[in-house]
Amino acid sequence: MDKSLKWRVILIVVVIAISCLYLIPSAAKLPSWWGSTFPSEKIALGLDLQGGMHLLLEVEAEKALSNTVDRLVSDLSDVLLNERIPFDRIERVASDKLLLEVLNPTFKEQFSALLTDRFPNLEKLKVDEKEGIVTYTLGLRAEDKEYLRKFAVDQGLETIRNRIDEFGVSEPTVQKQGRDRILIQLPGVKDPKRAIDLIGKTALLEFKIVNDEYDINSALKGEIPSDSELLYSKREDKTTGESTKKPFLVKKRTSLTGEHLQTARVSFNQFNEPYVSIGFDSMGSKLFERITRDNVKKRLAIILDNNVYSAPVIRERIAGGRASIEGSFTTEEARDLAIVLRAGSLPAPVTILEQRTVGPSLGQDSIRQGIKSILIGGAAVVLFMMIYYHLSGAVANFALCLNMLIIFAALAAFRATLTLPGIAGILLTIGMAVDANVLIFERTREELRTGKTPRASIEGGYAKALVTILDANITTLIAALFLFQFGTGPVKGFAVTLTIGLTASLFTAIVCTRVVYDYFLSRMRIKKLSI
Amino acid sequence: MELIKPNSNINFVGRIKTALIFSLVLIGISLLSLLIKGGPRYGIDFEGGTLVQVKFFNAVDIGSVRTALDSLAIEGLSVQEFGEKDAQEYLISMKKTTGELQGVEDTVKGALTDTFGSDALEVRRVEMVGPKVGKDLRKKGMLAVTFSILGMLIYIWWRFELRFGVGAIFCLIHDVCITLGALSLTNKPVDLPIIAALLTVVGYSVNDTIIISDRIRENLKKMGRGRLPDIVNKSINQTLSRTCITAGTTLMVVVALYFLGGEVIHDFAFTLIVGIVAGTYSSIFIASPLLIVWEKLFPHKKKR
Repeated sequence: MDKSLKWRVILIVVVIAISCLYLIPSAAKLPSWWGSTFPSEKIALGLDLQGGMHLLLEVEAEKALSNTVDRLVSDLSDVLLNERIPFDRIERVASDKLLLEVLNPTFKEQFSALLTDRFPNLEKLKVDEKEGIVTYTLGLRAEDKEYLRKFAVDQGLETIRNRIDEFGVSEPTVQKQGRDRILIQLPGVKDPKRAIDLIGKTALLEFKIVNDEYDINSALKGEIPSDSELLYSKREDKTTGESTKKPFLVKKRTSLTGEHLQTARVSFNQFNEPYVSIGFDSMGSKLFERITRDNVKKRLAIILDNNVYSAPVIRERIAGGRASIEGSFTTEEARDLAIVLRAGSLPAPVTILEQRTVGPSLGQDSIRQGIKSILIGGAAVVLFMMIYYHLSGAVANFALCLNMLIIFAALAAFRATLTLPGIAGILLTIGMAVDANVLIFERTREELRTGKTPRASIEGGYAKALVTILDANITTLIAALFLFQFGTGPVKGFAVTLTIGLTASLFTAIVCTRVVYDYFLSRMRIKKLSI
Repeated sequence: MELIKPNSNINFVGRIKTALIFSLVLIGISLLSLLIKGGPRYGIDFEGGTLVQVKFFNAVDIGSVRTALDSLAIEGLSVQEFGEKDAQEYLISMKKTTGELQGVEDTVKGALTDTFGSDALEVRRVEMVGPKVGKDLRKKGMLAVTFSILGMLIYIWWRFELRFGVGAIFCLIHDVCITLGALSLTNKPVDLPIIAALLTVVGYSVNDTIIISDRIRENLKKMGRGRLPDIVNKSINQTLSRTCITAGTTLMVVVALYFLGGEVIHDFAFTLIVGIVAGTYSSIFIASPLLIVWEKLFPHKKKR
């Protein structure tokens, strides 16, 4: 055996060995010592094959700005009252702006000092003075806006990740995409609706005092006092499916939020109905104690995402910082609510931009049908090659098997995901990978017809076909590369398998088959090629 | 075994007129269909929309599914049978999307379980693409198509002379047109996987064209004194066997995919079948003969 042949045989053996090594984790259960020495990556199945949910969310970062401005409006009016600066109107006019009318121009300087001192994140955008009224338009600073937007997305991402971790999905993907999007992939999730509720709920928990001094009926007619707002308690009867809506007039001012929440867990009352009991941290406990002390005999509305869950009457001062949320939950709902409260609220609400869910049964069907088409399509090609090119066809089939081995091993090694279009890509590779051998064989046949010896014909065939094979594969590879670049999800999987398959076919169809010929031609005196 | 006899000498070049007319008619039909239907029918990937695939465990006819959904009064809602016959699977699609957590699919499922009972069906697949993402995906699809085609053209331009490129470009347009036309005629939606299939078809067809061009170039060097039409014809005949076998093996697997791969991949396989047939045809009958037409219009400077 000449030297170059020996090295080529070694190369092929090494490639086969490495491929097998990468494939073993996907094929068999591994002993514990395996992972420390050998690769343990399995071929990852895409959501379309194993079932699961793909979710793309958009964080409404503007809402985070307007929440901040709302809070500033409330803080600023408190401060102005304390400092005895007379003002009339104060309100938010855009997501990042507020309007304030100070009634006496002599307070201008005091106000400016106060602004720089206490509200450094507000800047004066416009100051109008007319008939003794100074109208300020105040806005958030650009860098603060940027920070708030970024924070809303980053914090939202973190919160969602915590919620999913507690929900218990194996190998979830949660990542930021672009500026304000969050991509979530939950393989094998059984109840997509429940998952969406859990992930997407803003879960803003607020405690507000119910305004019972004012008649609720006139409020319903639209006469709402300026310090109050109308909220509803929406409930659905579990047995009849009827939903009821009960109005509450509550003070706009938020007494306490879920920010100070420390624990949230499911408990059961004496009727064995689940509810969520919550506990505040020390700061929250103090606030809660103060609120209950100051508002005895009044009702305290417990509000989650603008839905009033309950509004119990405060009988006495409550120390210790414990409260409960009741709302005729199922145990599962109560559990999810506890998870969501523990993980914290989203700084800004999210909307769903894209959702793709594949049920596990469809995924199974796809795998089954995919494998079936690979086996039957592959068998047809293999059979055809044997019939058409005899023993040489067998050599090409050997290359094809090697190609399959390399594709699957590479999928595991690169941690690429196998999708349904990916399976199609593998199938297409089977059809197209034999092209290289077909080119070589047809050339070799032409050489043979000119009366050359088998050995010279083989050499001529390979030499002349080589450039053509390269030319031909490169165009398909160009398409596959751009598909990989711009494709998403399943289509990317197609580009991956096609790229790996075509690249591997250059090795298997050119190098590997040649070794077989060289070996037999050097060992035996072959007078007639089986081609 | 030989399918094509080694000394085959079919006069492809002489049939260029017939071939061109045939192709132009096909392209015409395709364009007409596209024109009448207002462009390709985009799937939800590009247009945005919601798609719900449901499977019933017992026999349920399509009419009762439609009636069950009528009460929702969702605009542009369509129900079609999906998968094998008697699979009791239906694909419900609509333009509507919502960003709310309570999606359209819940409403649809609710209406179905109200009518048929909650144990009667299973939601197997939900796809909701909002308008923003649809726009993004459309852009990405366009970019993928543009860059791939540009990439291939640059490659051809670099490896071959311009006159070879002309045929390749025409073939490219030809194949894409006819495949899109076939999709339009059969009313199949164009979405991301279809774009992937189209690009694969383009790659495949260009690949075929290149192999014949390679042969023409080689033969030009060898028998420089011959008439160009003869050389081109000989080259097509010499590579004919390879062209047919590769088309055959590729079609074998794609047809397997079409019939066995399941409904989800059906349209994808269909696109590949049409494209590969069109691509093979165009590279034999159109691409290389066009070289001669081009040569007549713009004679090559170097006298042979």
